[in-house]
Amino acid sequence: MSLLSITDLKVSFQTRRGEVQAVRGVSLELKKGEILGVVGESGSGKSVTSYALMRLLESNGRITGGALTYDGMDLRSVKESTMRDLRGREISMVFQNPRAALNPIRKVGQQIEDVLRRHAKATRSTAKAEAIKALEAVRINDAEARYNAYPFELSGGMCQRIVIALALACDPRLLIADEPTTGLDITTQKAVMELIADLIAERGMSAMVITHDLGLAAQYCDRIVVMKDGGIVEEGAPGQMFAAPRHAYTRKLVDATPREGTCVRALLPAEQRTPEPDLPKSDTPLLEVRNLTKTYRGKSGPVHAVKGISFTVNKGESVGLVGESGCGKSTTSSILVRLSDPTEGEILFNGEDLALTPAAGFARDPRRAAIQMVFQDATDSFNPRHTARHSISEPLARLTNLSRLDLKARVEELADLVGLPRPLLERFPHQLSGGQKARVGIARAIAVDPQFLILDEPTAALDVSIQALVLNLLVDLRAKLGISYLFVSHDLHVVRLLCDHVIVMKDGEIVEQGPTSKVMETPAHPYTRQLLAAAPKPPVLATSAAE
Amino acid sequence: MAGRLATVGLRITHAIPVILGVVVVSFVLTRALPGDPAVYFAGAAADEESIAQIRTALGLDKPLPEQFLIYAKDVLTGDLGQSISTGQPVLQDLANRLPASLELTLTALLLSCSIAIPLGVLAATRPGSAVDHLCRVLVTAGVSLPTFFTGVVLIYVFYYLLGIAPAPLGRLDFIYLDPDHVTGFYLIDAALAGDLETWLGALKQLVLPATTLALFTLAPLARMTRAAMLGALSSDYIRTARAAGLTEDKVLFTYAFRNALLPVITTLGMVFSFTLGANVLVEKVFAWPGIGSYAVEALVVSDYAAVQGFVLAMALLFVALNLVIDLTYTLIDPRIGFETR
Repeated sequence: MSLLSITDLKVSFQTRRGEVQAVRGVSLELKKGEILGVVGESGSGKSVTSYALMRLLESNGRITGGALTYDGMDLRSVKESTMRDLRGREISMVFQNPRAALNPIRKVGQQIEDVLRRHAKATRSTAKAEAIKALEAVRINDAEARYNAYPFELSGGMCQRIVIALALACDPRLLIADEPTTGLDITTQKAVMELIADLIAERGMSAMVITHDLGLAAQYCDRIVVMKDGGIVEEGAPGQMFAAPRHAYTRKLVDATPREGTCVRALLPAEQRTPEPDLPKSDTPLLEVRNLTKTYRGKSGPVHAVKGISFTVNKGESVGLVGESGCGKSTTSSILVRLSDPTEGEILFNGEDLALTPAAGFARDPRRAAIQMVFQDATDSFNPRHTARHSISEPLARLTNLSRLDLKARVEELADLVGLPRPLLERFPHQLSGGQKARVGIARAIAVDPQFLILDEPTAALDVSIQALVLNLLVDLRAKLGISYLFVSHDLHVVRLLCDHVIVMKDGEIVEQGPTSKVMETPAHPYTRQLLAAAPKPPVLATSAAE
Repeated sequence: MAGRLATVGLRITHAIPVILGVVVVSFVLTRALPGDPAVYFAGAAADEESIAQIRTALGLDKPLPEQFLIYAKDVLTGDLGQSISTGQPVLQDLANRLPASLELTLTALLLSCSIAIPLGVLAATRPGSAVDHLCRVLVTAGVSLPTFFTGVVLIYVFYYLLGIAPAPLGRLDFIYLDPDHVTGFYLIDAALAGDLETWLGALKQLVLPATTLALFTLAPLARMTRAAMLGALSSDYIRTARAAGLTEDKVLFTYAFRNALLPVITTLGMVFSFTLGANVLVEKVFAWPGIGSYAVEALVVSDYAAVQGFVLAMALLFVALNLVIDLTYTLIDPRIGFETR
């Protein structure tokens, strides 16, 4: 018997451009004790479905049709007060971005108490003890001390545990997890997912895991539904779905998910695959980093962000820099792109030490154009009031002496190069999609013909199918322009596809470096092994592996 | 707790250079004002000689640096000098008049908070509703009507036409005796003396000017409350709280309102500072013997000691106010105490 059944659910939103249908007739069943994965790219309506089910839609959204039945109860017609009793006690939710999901100025223990007392699972006198018990249930060390912590004092992973504790405090029978691990480090991601899976199994709960990550869904879910444009396109067991996707869209998603034993072209749908380009290789070093150190003055003594690292990037080579948040990879890239100064060490670029020129004056250095960067957040790294054309032409106008006409021609040439349709050049960032913004960011970085490009998680915020396109673009550009890449990422699968050489960083030190295949196949350092083990493993598509 | 005390100590030390600067600037600026106090003081019939005599008596014939040193020494010993227009020590004048202004300003702010904050919260919870529109109209009216105009209209309607308000002639009608000076706040002093009649009399006098000021200060407070509540209500933690089934009251007050309070308090501090300075007009309209009208009168006649005393008193008040606001902040927001440590 199913715990939850959704029949022909339709949800629409009132917007300035009229009514928009976000969910167009979704039907699904969730059995007791089952974990259902809902997979889809942004805008597929997967989150909206779950909010509709909780009756927590934004004020401009409403359910226009269909039935929602939970345990024999019609969720569409019950009174709001009944619904409030159900939320948190029968059906709970875990959210993306755990730090923002917690009240920033209330002790986490008190927030759990609020829920416990609301659903009469504790009284004033027992609330604290019960809240600590809930914290212990999500395996938080020293739960009693954590009771008094505020969210800003805790790490992202710890905050997510608190959110889970909060959701599970009243022993609900259904848990909805909306992108529970997006934005967390892979080892944390693994720990959080395993915690959720264990707790669900222990308590015999049902769960709906909403994710854009097919690999994650395949690993933890009993059944998967794939959503696209507000509808379900395919449903099935994960193994079968990966082995033989029936719907073209599922096939495209499966293809685009980076995984072991694939190449970058294979991420694209079969009809778009072009032959792999010949990548330049040389043994001439372009960038030699020697004993790079960065020490900040912190509140409680000096913080050693980077502790004397050394590595080399050859001409035309692509090097991956991998590590979890706080490992020093962002500090390293900001020093290399000469936006901050190292405390010690040499940055030899074509044999000249760049560290001798202070970062503050580097913008006027003739070598400025040679080193460029593609930033992580494509939205925040643009001036919202500049058009794409303006953004791309800015470095050209500052660093070259092109005439107005030449500048215009160059911007258009760049747009063609990165596959951005020319009419889009006149648009503002908010009028561009994530993938288009990524292309503009890349065009801006390569505008001044750099020899060395630092890519800081350029695809982290993109849907997999868009990521596939951008990764292929990067490979093509490297082949065409002979640029060397330093690819900063936490996604090992992506690094495997794109890089010749990998550097693994932890706590400001390089723990391992070497050719990608060697580091990935036979990792020498335990930390590398741990990272590799934590990465989600999508089942290998039978047909594409054979190709 | 020790951390908090250290924070307070640090803030107070930060205020010292500000106060020193105020002492210097107020001294220099009053000297730069056009007009000669000796001429004013000597009267219309004075000749050159008597003016010179008065100038020597006031110490104005000495070079500026020397005058400043004398002034600084006096300030350190708590002597703010003598006002030439009232003939009283400035300190005493301030002690009489500052409570009058504070009583008016605080009552007005209390009144305006008690309307603006609930109004802002209601408007934020029901955007686009009648309450929201009422809030918008009130806010627009509040900022666009100058206080002297609102004051005069209120007097016209409630005193002249309806006759329910007392004559706008200061803090207390002449039929009452001033309550014994304890705090200088008539409402508090009368209450302490147990004199209900005087208390009511003082209250009656206070209602119209306080309403005038309240209408003016309503706007920024209501706007900020509405905006801050809207921001808080659309945040992720409110969604979490709702998804956990918390009651709407809990979500609204414990979760949203406490977070929205931070910008509201900042605004309140700013509003308080500018009201204290800007209520001159209201004080004039209602013949309120406050510090604002005192300062203006002193400025007109180049009453150096009075102007300097006023500026210094205001500076000290603002420093104290900012300290109180910062401390309130650390009480509400745990992240702030952490940053300053």
